[in-house]
Amino acid sequence: MAEITAPAYRIIPIIPALKPDAMVESKPYVASDKIQEAIGFPGKLADDWQVTHDAVIAKMGELLSKYRSLKVYLDACVHCGACSDKCHYFIGTQDPKNMPVARQDLMRSVYRRYFTLPGKLFPKLVGARDLTKEVLDEWYSYYNQCSECRRCSVFCPYGIDTAEITMAAKEILDSVGYGQKYSNEIIGKVHKIGNNLGLPPPALLDTLEGLEEDVKEDTGIDVRFPLDVKGAEVLLITPSADFFAEPHIDSLIGYAKVFHASGVSWTLSSMASEAGNFGMFIGNYEQLRKIALRVREAALELGVKRIVVGECGHAWRVAYSFWNTLIGVGAGASDPYAIQLQNQLDLRYKQPMHICEFTWDLIERGGLSFDKEANDKHIITFHDSCNVARASRMGDFAGGQFEIPRNIIKACANNFVEMRDGATREQTFCCGGGGGLLTDELLDLRVKGALPRMEALQQVKDSHDVNFMATICAICKAQFTKVLPMYGFDRRVVGGVHQLVSNAIKLGDK
Amino acid sequence: MSLLFALLFYLAILVLALGLGYKVYDFARTPAPLLIPTTPAPTTQGGVALRMAREVFLFESLFKSNLWIWGAGMMFHAGLALVLIRHLRYFTEPVWSWVALIQPFGIYAGLLMGAGLCGLWIRRIFVERIRYISTPSDHLMLALLLAIAASGLSMKFISHTDIVGVKNFFLGMMHLNLQPLPADGVLYLHLLLVAALMLIFPFSKLLHAPGVFFSPSRNQIDNPREKRHIAPWAADLEK
Repeated sequence: MAEITAPAYRIIPIIPALKPDAMVESKPYVASDKIQEAIGFPGKLADDWQVTHDAVIAKMGELLSKYRSLKVYLDACVHCGACSDKCHYFIGTQDPKNMPVARQDLMRSVYRRYFTLPGKLFPKLVGARDLTKEVLDEWYSYYNQCSECRRCSVFCPYGIDTAEITMAAKEILDSVGYGQKYSNEIIGKVHKIGNNLGLPPPALLDTLEGLEEDVKEDTGIDVRFPLDVKGAEVLLITPSADFFAEPHIDSLIGYAKVFHASGVSWTLSSMASEAGNFGMFIGNYEQLRKIALRVREAALELGVKRIVVGECGHAWRVAYSFWNTLIGVGAGASDPYAIQLQNQLDLRYKQPMHICEFTWDLIERGGLSFDKEANDKHIITFHDSCNVARASRMGDFAGGQFEIPRNIIKACANNFVEMRDGATREQTFCCGGGGGLLTDELLDLRVKGALPRMEALQQVKDSHDVNFMATICAICKAQFTKVLPMYGFDRRVVGGVHQLVSNAIKLGDK
Repeated sequence: MSLLFALLFYLAILVLALGLGYKVYDFARTPAPLLIPTTPAPTTQGGVALRMAREVFLFESLFKSNLWIWGAGMMFHAGLALVLIRHLRYFTEPVWSWVALIQPFGIYAGLLMGAGLCGLWIRRIFVERIRYISTPSDHLMLALLLAIAASGLSMKFISHTDIVGVKNFFLGMMHLNLQPLPADGVLYLHLLLVAALMLIFPFSKLLHAPGVFFSPSRNQIDNPREKRHIAPWAADLEK
């Protein structure tokens, strides 16, 4: 394989010309039978194609009856092209099948053939096609080139969200034994060990004790990193990358310092030592729910009053948008199942709460003080993580997910610069590594998918000497750490919002 | 011929009503198990109604995306809406006063509609990305709509048809009392194409019209922390 390099910045940043099949060979490793079976999927494709064919169509029919999104989105598209130049993977790869509409059509063509009258009668006319092994391979390739970031759904006049179709495709592929190794292996680990990285409880405890020593050495203050403390007020659920990856760990230190300054007792859980929920990436409701249930179990066992979520994009989507549905973390339940948990939680607070909401609330009430000069070496911009921006909220008003992290940055640092319009807030570009694509064999795709973000970053670097891009997502942090150097940036340009908080927070006078 | 057209239109109305009715029922009965509004999203029902109104009347998302598609799409849809309202005069006696009021604008609306369709078609043919995603039916749909507009306009500008006779025909149909349809080739063509459009509506991408109202990313309230949202099949998992 040729060495992977970054594509050139677009000189005139308009629509790229098409390069058909440029990425047809890009596909992640297929999950082994062991990985598949560990989470309840068939180990491999059936030997007889007809069996697989029938199973795919049956599964598609089942999903069409369970998900209104899929049904409406497959019917409603008029091929207007509004989404066609909006996907970061299309911009970076120029492969036309990475246009959101073309990606949807990979499935829509099969839907039309088997589920609609015109497709049954006049397949050629309406772009319908038979399901063949080649079609299924194409699904595997291109539905694993979508990070489920929802940027296309912002621009679609009917709100068609390609992520919903990608999730359905992955669900179908899994159900016939054609799963993706990276995501499914991680789901196995989260069930077996408690987190995506396979960090066992003793190692976690060791890491946290080490952190206490480090912070003590650094600040002279006993900032605690509690694990499995019963009766704590707050249970913090954070991505496991926060426990040891760089720069993630600096944000974990930031959360601990904020809790320390707030005086609120808190704990991590070894059982639920992972905020990430890859069940969402593979579109499997049962896995999504089962992974979330660990959080509910931990909350009940530890008797906490509040659940706070660390810096992680899709995890915050799952927590904010889905937890109340899946496991009853939230309010307004009328069923006994959720009422038990909701009686335990203190509903005067938002449940669940984002760590940024927690920190900003404290700042607003004057509960934190900062030495802003400590961040003066940084000229900071903010990368909105896709799932936080377009699939969740913070605070009490629509768009709080944009304002609150920025407000925190401005409260603890002096130099803040926005990237260009059209590349931030609801129109932000995905980092290029979301949706279960953060795996080495997809590095070429990830580098190309980062192009529009890197262009926007380069602009503010050139105009304002920006040298720090804050973000609140573990996947964004890992992805940028890897691809920034390929675009000529230092990898330490990326970091967390609570890393900046950690740099500047004053602990001594509390 | 009058009888044939009457039967065709009875059939077309039946297929349109039943087909669309079934589709709407099908959309409505399919659960949406998770809250997936594209955020930032309204946090109240009223806010959602406003968002939907902006989407339906102003094409808000399309406006954010691409001004050319928005412009051509707006011209076509606004023109079509006015033209449809103007055609109410063939189905009401006496003609409602507000319908009578907008009659003079109907002609411009027809021209606007045609221009919009041409714009959309030019885009479909000449923009590489959109040509790539187009199926033969996408082109045929534009051809059909354009032919409807052209045949309709030609009855205004080129060869007038007996519109009193047309009105009698449709009023007769509405009262199950068949009246003769004026023998006019252009009129026949116009009506044939309209009937064809009605017949394919429930089976084609024209479903975007009811579909937008059922799009979870646009019609859901952003209130997951305040209210538990759960689909029946998902609730069964808890038993």
